Amino acid sequence: MSWIRRIAQPLGLVLAVLAVWELAVRLFEVPNYLLPAPTAILADLSRRWPRILGGAWITGLEILGGFALAVAISLPLATGIAFNAWMARVVYPLIVAFQVVPKIAIAPIFVIWFGIGWISKLTLVFLLCFFPMLVNNVAGFRGINAEIMDFARSTGANAWRLFWRIRLPSALPSIFTGLRIGAVNAVTGAVVAEFIASDKGLGYLLLEYNGNLLASAVFATVFVLSAIGLAIYYAVEGIERLAIPWHTAQRRNESVGEQT
Amino acid sequence: MTGTLPIRLAGASKTFRRGAQTTEALTPIDIEIAPGEFFAVVGPSGCGKSTLLRMIAGLIPATSGTITVGAGTVTKPVTEVGIVFQSPVLLDWRTVLGNVLAQLELRGLDATSYEPQARRLLDAVGLKGFEDRYPFELSGGMRQRVAIVRALIHNPPVLLMDEPFGALDALTREQLRLDLEALWLAKPKTVVFITHSIDEAVLLADRVAVMSPRPGSIERLLTIDLPRPRGIAARQLPAFTKVVEEVTNLFLERGVLQATGKLSLG
Ligand SMILES: Nc1ncnc2c1ncn2[C@@H]1O[C@H](COP(=O)(O)OP(=O)(O)OP(=O)(O)O)[C@@H](O)[C@H]1O
Ligand SMILES: [Mg+2]
Repeated sequence: MSWIRRIAQPLGLVLAVLAVWELAVRLFEVPNYLLPAPTAILADLSRRWPRILGGAWITGLEILGGFALAVAISLPLATGIAFNAWMARVVYPLIVAFQVVPKIAIAPIFVIWFGIGWISKLTLVFLLCFFPMLVNNVAGFRGINAEIMDFARSTGANAWRLFWRIRLPSALPSIFTGLRIGAVNAVTGAVVAEFIASDKGLGYLLLEYNGNLLASAVFATVFVLSAIGLAIYYAVEGIERLAIPWHTAQRRNESVGEQT
Repeated sequence: MTGTLPIRLAGASKTFRRGAQTTEALTPIDIEIAPGEFFAVVGPSGCGKSTLLRMIAGLIPATSGTITVGAGTVTKPVTEVGIVFQSPVLLDWRTVLGNVLAQLELRGLDATSYEPQARRLLDAVGLKGFEDRYPFELSGGMRQRVAIVRALIHNPPVLLMDEPFGALDALTREQLRLDLEALWLAKPKTVVFITHSIDEAVLLADRVAVMSPRPGSIERLLTIDLPRPRGIAARQLPAFTKVVEEVTNLFLERGVLQATGKLSLG
């Protein structure tokens, strides 16, 4: 029941804002191409649903694909960087230096290299997810409590056991921080990649609707995009709660403490 | 793991170096601890007690000299030990029971067969009902008690304890002292026990090493001839008062008196 109370207030606030929005648009007769009323957006959403849904599938797959790729590469790489002196000294600084390159600025080049298909989209999503994930993974592995390692070493456990029972669990909170940042970045990455060059997906639809001054269709698309972003973010949070209940419970305790 | 092991330090010293900065923590130290001996170390804060313990455990190398535990020279972490660190060092991601069983899992032992024993020990230190809690749900003293159980669960031949009762209230502290003596009498093991409390050292140990301020050295070695089990009554014995006075005077001379453990938070 507590979750109902937890979402009731934010939900109420959203409804209130929507109501004010609706009222204001009607009262001041704001033209639709400037700011459509929520009801108009909803009508547009249901009218264009098949097309928007089709675009959502494509964009969603790009997001998930790039995100998954970033997880699959950043985790082993971070492990290497954390436990191999050469990788820490040579590879990691290079990666960190590359991080400052504005990924979106070089995205048009991906189109030249990989065409307007999946690969250029996945590349941009991947890059936007990869760096925050890698940095947080490495920080997680490196941040292990030295005395915990002392205890673990006194048991004579081999490297394999140390990794799975000590190092990885201790790094998980930091790893999940990276995942959550990645989840947010992934949505941006997919839309921007579609802006730059594409013939399908929600980013493509956005450009088309915007070009035709179909404001309510634009808003409807943005709404669906946000829903995808939220879904992924909360999926990560849900997995986090299952994977590291000791950490999330601790965090929740603290935030409750702040309120009371 | 059974049997007990001797511990020998021969000219073992420690100097920490960081860049040009050096800290001499321990001057060369010679100690011979007999198998099955209860050996206590008292000394002022910062004199190198934890450093000494970590060197014996093979967690940091000695700058000079040699250390042997059992037959082997210590060059890497010694595994025939249970260690209680100065801070509890629990695994955040494991429950109380899970933390205790981690000792066995990491050693590749069958943890489930130790579970009844783990529950008994947790019960004995007053943690019944907390087996499934996570460390963040415990008080500092409760965490320290989990760490103590974790160091005992595999019945190691060597027990290294760094102010294990430091975070405990006086009553629990007295209780655990009695329990530790009883356990040690029942299951012989070589114990190195670091404490700020002179009383505690004298009540528990066969011998007490009194350390000088940094750079630490063994200022005096006292043999405690009190009958065992010492239990609660030993505090009244004249021999007890005499040794405590001797150590206290030594600290008074050095101006480092810490007659009560600074970590007894109440
Ligand atoms: N890793 C380290 N690097 C540099 N100096 C250190 C290190 N560890 C300990 N020291 C120094 O060595 C000395 C002894 O430290 P140690 O922790 O052994 O003291 P202690 O006797 O255990 O003190 P306390 O009773 O407060 O726990 C201190 O002066 C400390 O500053
Ligand atoms: Mg210490």
